[in-house]
Amino acid sequence: MMAAQDIFTVATVSLGALFFLAGTLGLLRFPDTLTRLHALTKADNLGLGLIVLGLLPQVSSPLGWIGLIAVWLLALLAGATVGQLLAGAVRPSTGTSAHRGDPPA
Amino acid sequence: MSLTAPIDLGLAILLLGLAVWVIAASATYRAAEGFIAYGLVLALVWVRVGSVDVALTEAALGSGLTGLLLLRAAARLPPADPAETARPGKGVRVLAALLSAILTGGLAAVVLLLPEPAPTLAPAAAASLPATGMGNPVTGVLLAYRAIDTLGESIVLVLALVGLWSLAPDGAWGGRPGALTTAPAGSALRFLAQVLPPFGILVGIHLLWVGADHPGGKFQGATVIAAMWVLILIAGLRRPPTVTSRAMRWLVVVGSLLFVGIGAAGTWLAGAFLAYPDGLAKPLILAIEAALTLSVAVILGLLLAGPPEAECPTEARS
Repeated sequence: MMAAQDIFTVATVSLGALFFLAGTLGLLRFPDTLTRLHALTKADNLGLGLIVLGLLPQVSSPLGWIGLIAVWLLALLAGATVGQLLAGAVRPSTGTSAHRGDPPA
Repeated sequence: MSLTAPIDLGLAILLLGLAVWVIAASATYRAAEGFIAYGLVLALVWVRVGSVDVALTEAALGSGLTGLLLLRAAARLPPADPAETARPGKGVRVLAALLSAILTGGLAAVVLLLPEPAPTLAPAAAASLPATGMGNPVTGVLLAYRAIDTLGESIVLVLALVGLWSLAPDGAWGGRPGALTTAPAGSALRFLAQVLPPFGILVGIHLLWVGADHPGGKFQGATVIAAMWVLILIAGLRRPPTVTSRAMRWLVVVGSLLFVGIGAAGTWLAGAFLAYPDGLAKPLILAIEAALTLSVAVILGLLLAGPPEAECPTEARS
């Protein structure tokens, strides 16, 4: 039983690490900011999600599960927001009224 | 242990590389960015040597808050003119390199020549810890053994805010700190500023509360709470208070006032300034920490918001 949990952890965490590696490669090699952002957010969302998923069987307390999942959800929220902001800064023309001086409605 | 050696080596190389980057970066903005990354890697190093309290402080204050201050400063500075920033003469540079090398060598010698085992006050600090009611020796040192240092730090922060406000031109006095940015309605930033603060405030209070027994404490908690406030300010959901607001000024000084008050009361009740009466150490420390968290959070937020600006241009812009 223990062994099955450990195998699951090793497999999912390794897969998560692979996504981080791929995301880093994309960050270094992709041609422009938007595609680099795409690579980065994939690493955050999927890579971190798989690592959290893999670590869940290693934690015995329900509070620990909630903590791990909260870390992933907060990273998702932060990653998605920062991705939007960076993309908006790179391509201000495609935003609806994304000029910095515009009055907030 | 052998598995962690490559990680430690990698962290050390990364840290030194980032340090060189910060010094060598040509643009102020790039140096500030490098400084933030440097702080984050340094926090990991502190975790590796087992100082989680220091790691939390480095990540929150050293990297996050200081980094944001530096970025704001870099954004306000005019771009450096290569013609004006004349390099110092060769003699000065050689002298500076020599002095730096002596300092580095001296530090290295001190660290390498430490006796085995290194001198430490840790057993003495741990032995008296039960008297303070604290489980985290770092909090015990900060608020019992060396409370005078922490009192000084809390007052320094108030003075820093006074110093920042003195930079305001006469006409701007009484106004609000200038808008950090104006995010358009419906932008992702506004969404984040609406969703994240309840979680952030919870994390900040949690850091303060667990600081009694585990890594954490008032400065780390206050920084997280201040970050939530600054996020709301940056997203334009609320405006910073005017510098003449009485309520806000009370919040700025309440932590230091309570600290000094309890410390002075100790002169009569426990025989020394900043001494706690027997059995009351833990509740008093918790009260001081709670009040200091509030004050530090407000001060850090106001430091990031900057000096007050005249109302009219702010109105026109926002």
